[in-house]
Amino acid sequence: MSDFAKRAETLAAGYLPRTELQRLLDALVSTGYRCVGPRVRDGAIQYLPLDRADEFPVGVRDHQEPGSYRVEVVDDERCFAWANGPQALKPLTFAPDEVLWQFSADASDLSFTTPTRAHPMTAVIGVRGCDLAALRLQEAHFLAPGNRDPAYAARREALFLVGVDCSHPAATCFCTSTGDGPSLGSGYDLALTELDDGFLVWRGSRLADAVLATLDLPPADAQLLRRAKDQQAQAAAAQQRRMPAPQRLMGLMQRLDHAQWDDVAARCLGCGNCTAVCPSCFCSSHRAEPALDGLSGSQVRSWDSCFTLEHSTMHGRPVRADIRTRYRQWLTHKLAGWQSQYGRSGCVGCGRCITWCPVGIDLTAEAAALLETDSA
Amino acid sequence: MSVHLPVAAEIVERIQESRDIFTLRLRRVGPDGPLRFDFAPGQFNMVYLRGAGEVAISIVSDPDEERFFDHTIRAVGRVTDALAALAPGDRIGIRGPFGTGWPLREVEGRDVLIVTGGLGCAPVVSVINYLFRRRAAFGRIAILQGVRHAADMIWRPRYDAWAAQPDTEIHLAADVSAGDPGLFQGTVVELFKRLDLAADNALAMLCGPEVMMAAAVAELRARGFADAAIYLSLERNMQCGNGLCGHCQFGPLYVCRDGPVFAYSAIADWFGKRGF
Repeated sequence: MSDFAKRAETLAAGYLPRTELQRLLDALVSTGYRCVGPRVRDGAIQYLPLDRADEFPVGVRDHQEPGSYRVEVVDDERCFAWANGPQALKPLTFAPDEVLWQFSADASDLSFTTPTRAHPMTAVIGVRGCDLAALRLQEAHFLAPGNRDPAYAARREALFLVGVDCSHPAATCFCTSTGDGPSLGSGYDLALTELDDGFLVWRGSRLADAVLATLDLPPADAQLLRRAKDQQAQAAAAQQRRMPAPQRLMGLMQRLDHAQWDDVAARCLGCGNCTAVCPSCFCSSHRAEPALDGLSGSQVRSWDSCFTLEHSTMHGRPVRADIRTRYRQWLTHKLAGWQSQYGRSGCVGCGRCITWCPVGIDLTAEAAALLETDSA
Repeated sequence: MSVHLPVAAEIVERIQESRDIFTLRLRRVGPDGPLRFDFAPGQFNMVYLRGAGEVAISIVSDPDEERFFDHTIRAVGRVTDALAALAPGDRIGIRGPFGTGWPLREVEGRDVLIVTGGLGCAPVVSVINYLFRRRAAFGRIAILQGVRHAADMIWRPRYDAWAAQPDTEIHLAADVSAGDPGLFQGTVVELFKRLDLAADNALAMLCGPEVMMAAAVAELRARGFADAAIYLSLERNMQCGNGLCGHCQFGPLYVCRDGPVFAYSAIADWFGKRGF
């Protein structure tokens, strides 16, 4: 049974006409959240602060192909009829730059302190099923029992997640095959299903109760539920790309010398775009930023990529000196290593790495080519 | 002690071991005086020098020593060069200890073979010290150590003292023995032909360059050592120490958290494979 069908069987939905979408924003604000939602900026859909319902990407469609992303505006009122932009939730939880600690020194003493980590309570509107799946993966990494990252935890705790079932997957999407979409799985606080004239509204957690009480929505009728079910089934069926099954992906570790690695290395620029847009990639580099007087300073963590030479460098020499071994590191870790480490593949089928790759490398095609033959 | 926030440590003593190898003897300092620092041999700390940065360095002193802990360091880069310039009384930051230690419980009552190369000796010297301080708990002890140049063979008096112990064999080699009659001129792997230790009840601990360890693993397997009885200390780029930053990925393992000491049986699929 699909995620949507399961939800429809166990939960009751309220109905919010599109003309009343501002009420949702107002309810979130009155509950204590600032709102972040999808807006078009620099030709792409991004999560940005917003106050008004007319700031949503009304009538916007996205067209994604390997190495290509374009938005256009059509004549309809839908706000969420697009797949995704380059960001997932990642920048909101695993910050691109984060001060881990600070030091101060004088003639006789040296002390270390953790910076204040007060983040405004934020409601993120428009979260996709793939984004929620990636969030669970990042939480498995950053919030593992006994190894909890305090900076990540502080950002995560400030979030209220308003998911929206994806009704218009892009050509690059394959979340149906990874089991992470297009409808929302678990992990949202509030979920929306967008229809032609309004939204089904679903409760996801107790955090949503205050918002739902303010909205006081009438129940959605059976006809609306049937239309939503058909829409989500079509969205799932529309996807053309597929990721091989997890068990097959483990076979990548038996193909470390496959000729396909040379083939992809000849195309890959090693730019790291894929790791920057990947919602589950978590690598970071740490650097010291001392003040000019040398008596205070910060240790800063920034996103890093396994496609850089420095990522594997020790004593001046990289472990992965060529793009072949760096691409192999990324793909085998993402699709196989994650399964051993975190219980599932690190890929959620969002397709961002395909879209934002400047040369259009498609990881589903690379995985399929590597697994096609038994050659080791 | 938080793995996310350094604590201050004071240099109690600085010992020059060779031209470019030095030991920093440290103690943690708290508002009310020195603090205890607990660790297991084989673990490492992230050592932070303000203005320079943070580096992963193994701990070489005895875990039962309450007054201080030691880091033996080779000056090979920006941070280690700056660490080399420190003096007693200076303070640095310490995060740790991180990683797994050597299998010291498993080795009780068994024979031990230690194979080291280069300054790879530093992480295992803590083990050697540990074994000899508790000599009765272990069977036969054999040590094979190789260095590039005779001048790199630090702690030579200790090796001489250990060699005089019962049930102990020590074989030393240098690529350039510089006329030292106590050193075999060649590699540590060539010392295996002098080894008189049977695999039956033994456990091997290896540390040093991976090419050396790969050759040693081949020798050990040929002599009947089981993969699970061979332990290696690996080194990778480490920045966080607790498996979060991703630099030390080794197949599905993090060297900083799942290692740095691994049983060969746990890493055989990737060990020696270029790019891992």
